[in-house]
Amino acid sequence: MTTLIKYIKSFTLFELMKGLKLTITYFFKPKVTLNYPNQKGPISPRFRGEHALRRYPNGEERCIACKLCEAVCPAQAITIEAEPKPDGSRRTTRYDIDMTKCIYCGLCEEACPVDAIVEGPNFEYATETREELLYDKEKLLRNGDIWEKQISENLKRDSKYR
Amino acid sequence: MTSLSIELTIGILKIFSFVVPVLVSVALLVYLERKVLGAVQLRKGPNVVGPFGILQSFADVLKLLTKENLLPSSSNKFLFIFAPMLTLILSLIAWAVIPISSTYVIANINIGILYLFAVSSFGVYGVIIAGWASNSKYPFLGALRSAAQMISYEVSIGFVIITVLICVGSLNLIDIVESQKNMWFAIPLLPMFVIFIISALAETNRLPFDLPEDEATLVAGFFTEYSSISFGLFFLAEYANMILMSSLTVILFLGGWYPPIDIFPLNAIPGIFWFVIKVFLILFVFLWVRATFPRYRYDQLMRLGWKIFLPFTLVWVVITSAFLFYFGLLPN
Repeated sequence: MTTLIKYIKSFTLFELMKGLKLTITYFFKPKVTLNYPNQKGPISPRFRGEHALRRYPNGEERCIACKLCEAVCPAQAITIEAEPKPDGSRRTTRYDIDMTKCIYCGLCEEACPVDAIVEGPNFEYATETREELLYDKEKLLRNGDIWEKQISENLKRDSKYR
Repeated sequence: MTSLSIELTIGILKIFSFVVPVLVSVALLVYLERKVLGAVQLRKGPNVVGPFGILQSFADVLKLLTKENLLPSSSNKFLFIFAPMLTLILSLIAWAVIPISSTYVIANINIGILYLFAVSSFGVYGVIIAGWASNSKYPFLGALRSAAQMISYEVSIGFVIITVLICVGSLNLIDIVESQKNMWFAIPLLPMFVIFIISALAETNRLPFDLPEDEATLVAGFFTEYSSISFGLFFLAEYANMILMSSLTVILFLGGWYPPIDIFPLNAIPGIFWFVIKVFLILFVFLWVRATFPRYRYDQLMRLGWKIFLPFTLVWVVITSAFLFYFGLLPN
């Protein structure tokens, strides 16, 4: 009897029709494609993208050159040099991140006592040369200025889970 | 102008009225295939070039045309260039006998189906020559597979066609369609119809029978060494063949240009519309099957061809002719 059913099934192409039925249901389902440059997926407030150095609202740099980020960086991508300013505050003279070394672990962000170095929501910063990926202090501060609004919003949204 | 040159001009115009739509529909078929495959995989498919991406395949052809045509140093140069041309020419000359309505056909010959069968069998030469002329391992294996596959499936296609011919009593394609005015052969000859579609997949090297160009094992099969527009010609020929086999299916089994039911609002629509709709449906089945099934293994392909299709069609030819003979339904 089972062999008979097997023969009937194979001659009526039963399994093949089952497969075709499955694909035709998928054919009519809504599509999941995002038209990438025009349409982007949602990003978590914790997203670890391109780095930025933030400023206080009065325009003063947040970074106090404590070098905790440099110490914690597992890829040793951060280089900091510092000296006291005339007003007595410690400020960096050099703050470089080698983006080709960085592994985007977010430890620098966590180590920072003043929320100066952060990883922002930007992930579209591909360059044509390697040199452009060796970020210096100026570039990082500029990133901070560009993305400040979103970065502070993300920090606020994420603050209750920290 | 003399009457001869007028006749010649009309003939050439008629040929163009077939070839140009076929080539345009090849481009649209490639687009359709990518859309269908995308939809089944929950993607959108091409949607950037032109409205809904409909110009995608024209952009691809333009890309192929601007590329360099490479000739492998160890290849047989003449045959290497000749093979894609032969393949494309063969897939186009078959259209000479395809009737798209009861009057519109380039050559209404009495042995139309025989001519089609001969041309489609000849198509394997393009593949074999390409595989041999490339003088390389993968194309050669692809060509061998193609030859064996064509032979196995041509036999069962032959028997399927014989069954239809027994019911019609004529080799003329227009006669074959006209004898289906009241009932399409797909209904009384359903098993033959299914076998014909499966064999047509094998005949046009489509998935799940695309072993001559099996990406997983043979890189690209018989056209591995081809680049630029000579690759494009193979591509064009494959899709033109697909359209040809679907039209043949429509002519043999789905009543050609006749509407599904011969009642007023349906039979007022021109026959060419029904023909195109039916060809489109069969092509959709081809793409649907491609999106669903994995590729056959080579020995499974041979087993299906020789051990299942051949005896099955052979028995069905006998059953059909016995049935027709017993009830006195044989055509004169």
